[in-house]
Amino acid sequence: MSDKDMREVYTETLMELAEANENICVMEADLMRATGTSPFKEKFPHRTFNVGVAESNMVGVASGLSAGGKIPFAATFGCFAARRTFDQFFISANYAQQNVKLVGTDPGISAAFNGGTHMPFEDTGLMRCIPNLVIFEPSDTVSLKKLIRQAAEHKGCTYMRLQRKGKNALYRETDEIVLGKGNVLKEGDDVTIIASGYIMVPEALEAAGILEKEGISSTVIDMHTIKPLDKNLILKYAEKTGALVVCENHQKACGLFAAVSEMLAEEMPSPVEVVAIEDQFGQVGTQNFLQKEYGLTAENIVKKTKRVLERKNG
Amino acid sequence: MSGMDYKELEQKAKEIRKKTIDSIGFLGVGHIGGAMSIVELLTILYYEKMNINPKDPKMKDRDKLVLSKGHAGPALYSTLAMKGYFPEEWLHTLNKGGTNLPSHCDMNRTPGIDMTTGSLGQGLSSAIGLALANRLDKSDRNIFAIIGDGESQEGQNWEAAMAASHFRLNKLIAFTDNNKMQIDGYTTDIMPIDDLESKWSAFGWNTFRINGHDFAALDKAIDDARLSTDKPTMIILDTIKGKGCTFAEGVITNHNMPFTYEAAQEAIKALG
Repeated sequence: MSDKDMREVYTETLMELAEANENICVMEADLMRATGTSPFKEKFPHRTFNVGVAESNMVGVASGLSAGGKIPFAATFGCFAARRTFDQFFISANYAQQNVKLVGTDPGISAAFNGGTHMPFEDTGLMRCIPNLVIFEPSDTVSLKKLIRQAAEHKGCTYMRLQRKGKNALYRETDEIVLGKGNVLKEGDDVTIIASGYIMVPEALEAAGILEKEGISSTVIDMHTIKPLDKNLILKYAEKTGALVVCENHQKACGLFAAVSEMLAEEMPSPVEVVAIEDQFGQVGTQNFLQKEYGLTAENIVKKTKRVLERKNG
Repeated sequence: MSGMDYKELEQKAKEIRKKTIDSIGFLGVGHIGGAMSIVELLTILYYEKMNINPKDPKMKDRDKLVLSKGHAGPALYSTLAMKGYFPEEWLHTLNKGGTNLPSHCDMNRTPGIDMTTGSLGQGLSSAIGLALANRLDKSDRNIFAIIGDGESQEGQNWEAAMAASHFRLNKLIAFTDNNKMQIDGYTTDIMPIDDLESKWSAFGWNTFRINGHDFAALDKAIDDARLSTDKPTMIILDTIKGKGCTFAEGVITNHNMPFTYEAAQEAIKALG
């Protein structure tokens, strides 16, 4: 466990970046308290812009800041980042080849008590349709820090799914985490479990432990970068294990499962099962309740693994 | 005024009109109406008011323009060609496959275009970002933005209106091309947006309303806007959609209309 919350690490990392690079700016749309960027504002008041409850304008202003040579990190809840600002992010930021770093917080069921209206099950899917956009979802505080730094260096727009709360530390500070490359967390021969994000990567590791006891050997990959997809890594393990399970805190359509399946369909047709939200809207509840409600659990990963192994061997 | 007198500017405006009618006519269809209504504004900005360098389109510390009503690109392309940003021959490639002059403004394709636009309602926000970037860089250059009156129906403009005055962007000078027409008819019939002066004033902007085809009025309003110390400025231009193009002026269907190259040449001749 880290001694810091994900959002504290987000803000701290941006402050470190801003110290070294005067072009780094922070934008908020009345969710500074939620994102936790107040310390950035205290230290860099002139580089912090809060536009109020106006997400479309936030992304438009961020695009202009970028056109003026700045590197804005603009955050809001993922539902607004993706759904409400989609055209602004698409045209003013991406089509215009800007350098806007959009952050969608509270992805999927982590929106918990804010309920269905605030629960983005489709943000990755929407974002995947934007050409050249880099999409990533850190699974812990260590990868968060490392990936933000690389996103800031990347010349072009990025979209980060950020779980704000929680102190997971799956990685060591010395581990290499590279934007665009998946991390193999555990090696195994029978099946490959590909997961993304703060909730599903730990569930995948837990599932792998359960499977191990039952004599099933699995590879677990943290696919923190959803676009561009680490094709070579997936193909390597698809060849090695011949069966895959994709796990994501997102709806089944258009997300990581779709990205993996589309690629495999073209390159190496393989049995793939999915642990994701079906064609459903969100609802209110604790994260724990919602994980069970939508099947985002280690138990479900175990079940889907057995199913994919039946297909592989059948 | 520094260089040209109004008569010389009128001559330049006439040339911009001719080239714009010619380039759209060469293709046979295009956004003639809203291109014609901003010709005087583009003329005075590019020939008198903006600190720019056509030989170095990305010159640091230049004035910038966001043409938020990006469909009026052809008028801006004629202006930029005349200023020497690119060869005038390019104007006949307008909207053809592989062109550097697409229907809507694209900063990555056209030398001299400062911001990509086309999805109405977004340009003013971009202009705010540019003005904030200038402030961080301690530049006192102006950011100019042009929005349409029909475009003002997009809600994002009013989010931007709030933000620009909150951020006290006195270097931001915006114009509304108030030509009173939109694709489906007169703005008063489709979705009335008057009284624009009161609206912008209520949002905390300096507001002027002038005849957008009158160089003396444009000259004075822009100079006055530059004196602002703490507020952004909106200059509402009363204009005529299709102004100066015989077959298009005031014609309700002139937003995006087909016309032959022969018709274009006749209209050019009529301009004298």
